[in-house]
Amino acid sequence: MRKFFLIAVPYAWLLALFLIPFFIVLKISLSDVALARPPYVPQFSWDDGIMAFLRDLDFENFVFLTEDSLYWKAYLSSVSIAGLSTILTLTIGYPLAYGMARAPEEWRATLMMLIILPFWTSFLIRVYAWMGILSQEGLLNQFLMWTGLISEPLMILNTPTAVYIGIVYTYLPFMVLPIYSALDRMDGSLIEAAEDLGCSRLSAFWLVTVPLSRNGIIAGCFLVFIPALGEFVIPSLLGGSGTLMIGKVLWEEFFSNRDWPVASAVAVILLLILVIPIVLFQRNQQDAEEAAK
Amino acid sequence: MNRFSWFNAVSLTFGFAFLYIPMIILVTYSFNESKLVTVWAGFSTKWYGELFRDQAFLDAAWVTLRVAVFSSTLATILGTMAAYVLIRAGRFTGRTLFSGMIYAPLVMPDVITGLALLLLFIGVGLDRGVLTVVLAHTTFAMCYVSVVVSSRLATFDQSLEEAALDLGCSPAQAFRLVTLPIIAPAVISGWLLAFTLSLDDLVIASFTTGPSATTLPIKIFSAVRLGVSPEINALSTIMIGIVTAGVITASVISKRNMVRQRREEQAAARAQ
Repeated sequence: MRKFFLIAVPYAWLLALFLIPFFIVLKISLSDVALARPPYVPQFSWDDGIMAFLRDLDFENFVFLTEDSLYWKAYLSSVSIAGLSTILTLTIGYPLAYGMARAPEEWRATLMMLIILPFWTSFLIRVYAWMGILSQEGLLNQFLMWTGLISEPLMILNTPTAVYIGIVYTYLPFMVLPIYSALDRMDGSLIEAAEDLGCSRLSAFWLVTVPLSRNGIIAGCFLVFIPALGEFVIPSLLGGSGTLMIGKVLWEEFFSNRDWPVASAVAVILLLILVIPIVLFQRNQQDAEEAAK
Repeated sequence: MNRFSWFNAVSLTFGFAFLYIPMIILVTYSFNESKLVTVWAGFSTKWYGELFRDQAFLDAAWVTLRVAVFSSTLATILGTMAAYVLIRAGRFTGRTLFSGMIYAPLVMPDVITGLALLLLFIGVGLDRGVLTVVLAHTTFAMCYVSVVVSSRLATFDQSLEEAALDLGCSPAQAFRLVTLPIIAPAVISGWLLAFTLSLDDLVIASFTTGPSATTLPIKIFSAVRLGVSPEINALSTIMIGIVTAGVITASVISKRNMVRQRREEQAAARAQ
């Protein structure tokens, strides 16, 4: 009885507030838009039974998404922005994690705290911090003009470049932590062995260190790529109107156009795109757990 | 073996400079006299004064704090229960679905979670306000809590619980007297995580709130959309200050505990 209660409470909560809402999204994505409150007309109801439901199934909103090039472009540019920022984050995050893992023992706790601190700081504020730096009269432009590298201020804010900077900056701890923990576990004598056997420092790094930190690299990449794909705050504050990302399109479809059925259809497709990296990520985590045993 | 070369020093310096320079600039310019955030015009704390006279910000801060306290407490209770079920309940019907529902919200984009919950609240006719935001935050935060707590539950020695039961404790007593003190650090960090996530959330709150309950992130977002403002810099500085103090305190406490534990272990080793 006690066990039943223990299972039932969180189970019921998650069913009611996590799973059922997704079916509502699915249902509304198949509805028609209307000028009413709420602004949609359901295309079917459960009372008619499952056969009537299947007969009346209407993919109009999804067809609309394929016809309007805005949505295609938004999905593609989300994937490419998330992908490229993941690579950039890895490029900056790997040396940082490597430096931390090789730092003297007594520094490590402090370095770890310095990596975790931004993670507890408001996401919104960290994105906002870049607005003042990247704007036309911002500090970066002032600095570059002072050094004489440029004579006219560069347009950085409200371009995709600013979005890349924002994503790399806010998600860097997610990349550094798994790589650091993989490098920290590594047995240092393996490098010595490789060097004794005639490897140069660089080839020992490529042949020993990188493969041994592979699981950390993969975990870090997914931890950056998955949330970056559905990101809303960064493209809307730093990206300007020219940067298309699907999270922003969904938001505008919902709040500006008040087209709930299309917003729901956008959400359903975003979810389908996300399933692939999520499944791959889970498989990687399971492999890593088994390897650790 | 010490492989700390100049390359490591450079990458550490560069990496931490990248992480911290934007925040240092943000804090510095909150003390700027000028309204223009990019021009330094002398030291001043007037924006802090402006901030504390702005009733809209104070109201939003109060709403945010209430939402965060309620949702993180509820999320900690539900998340700890869920973690206990995942680790200790063994097999039961629908276990796969249950663990799926625990892990899925961790990777779900906020825009989807927010939209889905809003459509639910409208479907059941719940008025949007503080209550709906609390429900929404509890739902995603409980999953984070349960991940944190279950990793602690999975590693501790179950025979301690069994011993308590053998010695005549009821299951509830065993949980209160043995399990809870052991998992307490994880439960506390789960609560802190839930609290921070709730304070920080913009997207889910925007979807699920009504006109009566504007949270701080929503207020900040609508202000910064129009551009950089020194009041927001002042607010950010206060928030960064609180977080920094909290994180440093936590790490000092955990370091002190580690030192004490090591000393006790050494003393025990000597005694043998």
